[in-house]
Amino acid sequence: MTTTKKDPVLVVLQLSGGNDYLNTIIPYTDPIYRDVRPTVAIPEDEIIPLEGDLGLHPSMGLIKDIYDQNNLAIIHGVGYPDSPRSHFRSMDIWHTCEPDKNGEEGWLGLAARELDPNKDNIVTTVSFGYTLFRALVSPGVPVACVDDLDTYGLLTDVQEQEQRAKILNRFSRIYSPAVGSDVVTDYLRSTGLEAMNGADILKVATEKYSSTVEYADTNIAQKLKGMAKVHLAGLGTRIFYCDQMGFDTHANQPGVHAGLWTDVSQAITDFFADLREHDAADNVVMLLFTEFGRRVADNGSGTDHGAGGVAFAIGDAVKGGQYGEYPSRKPEDLQQGDLVPNLDYRGMYSTILEDWLGLDAKPIVKGAYEKPAFL
Amino acid sequence: MAGEDIALMAHLMRRAGFGAGREELEARAARGYEQTVEDLLDPQEEPWDKYEFLRLHPEFTRAVTLPGMGACNWLHAMIATKRPLEEKMVLLWHHIFATGQSKVDHYNVMNAQIEMFRENALGNYRDFLVAVAKDPAMIYWLDNNENHADAVNENWGRELLELFSMGVGNYTEVDVRECSRAFTGWTIAKMPPRLYGRYDWEFEYLPDDHDNGEKTFLGHTGNFDGEDVIDIICAHPATARFVARHLYNFFVADEAQVPAWSVTPPKDSEAIETLAQAFTESKYDIKAVLRVLFNSDFFKNARFTKIKSPTEVVVGTLRFVGGFEFPAPGIGNMARQPGYMGQDILNPPSVEGWHTGVEWINSGALMKRINYASGMLGEVDRPGIQSIIRNLQRHGDLSPDDFVDGCLDLIGPLEVSEETRQELVEHAADEGPLAWGSPEAGSASTQRVGEMLKLIASVAEYQYC
Repeated sequence: MTTTKKDPVLVVLQLSGGNDYLNTIIPYTDPIYRDVRPTVAIPEDEIIPLEGDLGLHPSMGLIKDIYDQNNLAIIHGVGYPDSPRSHFRSMDIWHTCEPDKNGEEGWLGLAARELDPNKDNIVTTVSFGYTLFRALVSPGVPVACVDDLDTYGLLTDVQEQEQRAKILNRFSRIYSPAVGSDVVTDYLRSTGLEAMNGADILKVATEKYSSTVEYADTNIAQKLKGMAKVHLAGLGTRIFYCDQMGFDTHANQPGVHAGLWTDVSQAITDFFADLREHDAADNVVMLLFTEFGRRVADNGSGTDHGAGGVAFAIGDAVKGGQYGEYPSRKPEDLQQGDLVPNLDYRGMYSTILEDWLGLDAKPIVKGAYEKPAFL
Repeated sequence: MAGEDIALMAHLMRRAGFGAGREELEARAARGYEQTVEDLLDPQEEPWDKYEFLRLHPEFTRAVTLPGMGACNWLHAMIATKRPLEEKMVLLWHHIFATGQSKVDHYNVMNAQIEMFRENALGNYRDFLVAVAKDPAMIYWLDNNENHADAVNENWGRELLELFSMGVGNYTEVDVRECSRAFTGWTIAKMPPRLYGRYDWEFEYLPDDHDNGEKTFLGHTGNFDGEDVIDIICAHPATARFVARHLYNFFVADEAQVPAWSVTPPKDSEAIETLAQAFTESKYDIKAVLRVLFNSDFFKNARFTKIKSPTEVVVGTLRFVGGFEFPAPGIGNMARQPGYMGQDILNPPSVEGWHTGVEWINSGALMKRINYASGMLGEVDRPGIQSIIRNLQRHGDLSPDDFVDGCLDLIGPLEVSEETRQELVEHAADEGPLAWGSPEAGSASTQRVGEMLKLIASVAEYQYC
């Protein structure tokens, strides 16, 4: 029997736009919920009961299954003091753990540096999508940014083998580190080399992949499928990152929010089914977070920007259940109409960093915060 | 080799437009720098032949609905326009008033917004904000059609203050609320005729849905409507600095990302103050601010310090290699290219627009930028590349050093590090001097020029403008 211990892997799925906490984990027995949300409150007979006085959004049936398998942690009331209610500032604060200044380094960029201090593996972090999330940024830390694994490659229009080898060789010499160049040019050079070498490594992920799981034709499902391919190829990737946009439901919230959770729930379910089919799920934990929750009262069509929100952790290693307390909805307990966060997101990060990735969280989240014990 | 006046003109045209070939640079340099700034600010030429475009691409009379295809009209305008600054400003306004097809789902109203940006591109900022507040795509994008007298929706009101005028830290949550109230009843209506199953939209003011109560906004109290609020905003010094910083960030040097402006001072506070002063003194005249900007030393000294946006990469490359001013097939593919590099035009990731500067660069995006530019510059039959070849031929056979220097000069002039230049020279030296003596030698040399330009388009320095 082999006892090879697999390295823990973190997948982050960012719910961009501000996921509405109250319509995700619904305090449906609270009369305030129905009183202040005449337009967007979910009818009681559609809510999926969870435990006690809480229920799940009707589109989250597949998430309920994960909860029943004890593989879902619901982390209540997450946030930080004095929400700026700006998507962008708030997302930066989540990404960098710097609420008072412009943070240049992301928490997972710092984590990746600890996981692979000598940069032995340039695909330690793989991000899916066109942009590089600030959470992953740290000077000198490579990140492979992939939108489509199948077309990931440099100067692919040069087909003749000898000419291609020659020009790529010259490219690697031109992009090798030079003394005295400025920080942006250094970044361009190292990114160019990572692009060239990363493409070489990642191309095997598609070649090796085979699965009976059929992912939906949604953006998020295709991103998670790409992650599954890379994870199953055993390339040593420790951090995966992607996002689902569209949670900024100021208007027409009921239909939009339902559609988003349908897509996200299905994609997550298929992703873990795929990993399980290949006996590769046990070392993967997925974190879902959003930049803020939304206002307690609706605005006649949707909900405006708020403060405290909900996060989720999913995986075999997760101790299923609920952590923290749902903040009070009573008018006298709200700040500017919003739920007051009662669990610092940096504590949640600390749980993941220390109790999953095995790192010291303090220098990464810049302080010591109470850790919810979901791992 | 190009002189200093050509190098400076190339800088102006990269920033105030989408770059220019050698012949255009020489013609503009002959008119002088200051005169060229005036030519750009006050263009007399017809921008491009819209009718020719629609005759050859009748499908774009109304924007088609396929993802990415709605941007074809605008992309063609950027490639073909004879008013480069006007079109560059449209791109800036799209960065700032970032509205997305992902939600609007109506390319006609998106294109109408681009036309509105063009009309206001070099106009008065106060009037421009009013036009933006009445723009159907914007109203729908930020839910102002759901902003009612009895149910205030804060989305537009907040972003007007946070992203379009003052920036975080200059107003309170109460101001957001009061500002939003002033825009209640500013909504959209369907506009007949109905074509292809969709109505276009037009602005509509519903007096019955407007909150006529007293509002207190930024210390002023009155029965304000949206235009009053915009007047108060424009008169606030934070707005002048905010617009100045946007112009600096877009034309001069990459700043921190917009959300960090409340906590990060500008790179060059003096420059921001100079521009803000021009803004205030001219009563918010964008042209007056740009005149100061382009004639300033801080602009002239900022050569090759900004990372090109994906749109600049694509449009700049297409304009440089030439042949696309006349509507060519494949416009859909071209319009999608910036998206593959992280800038899906007409579809920004959020109302914040794109993260710019060094944040354009990641391994995937850099790969796409290099593949695209080097692919196009390697096509030796393109008019812009033919012009480079003719120019090189004029000097007869060339040593590897002169071959590389000639290419770097004619592609920009592009400044590269000595190490990069040495690598290029070594690459050239592998096959000896560039010779034009016989048809065979000429044909081989033509291919070598193509490969050299391909390699130059892939060096790190090519990512700057």
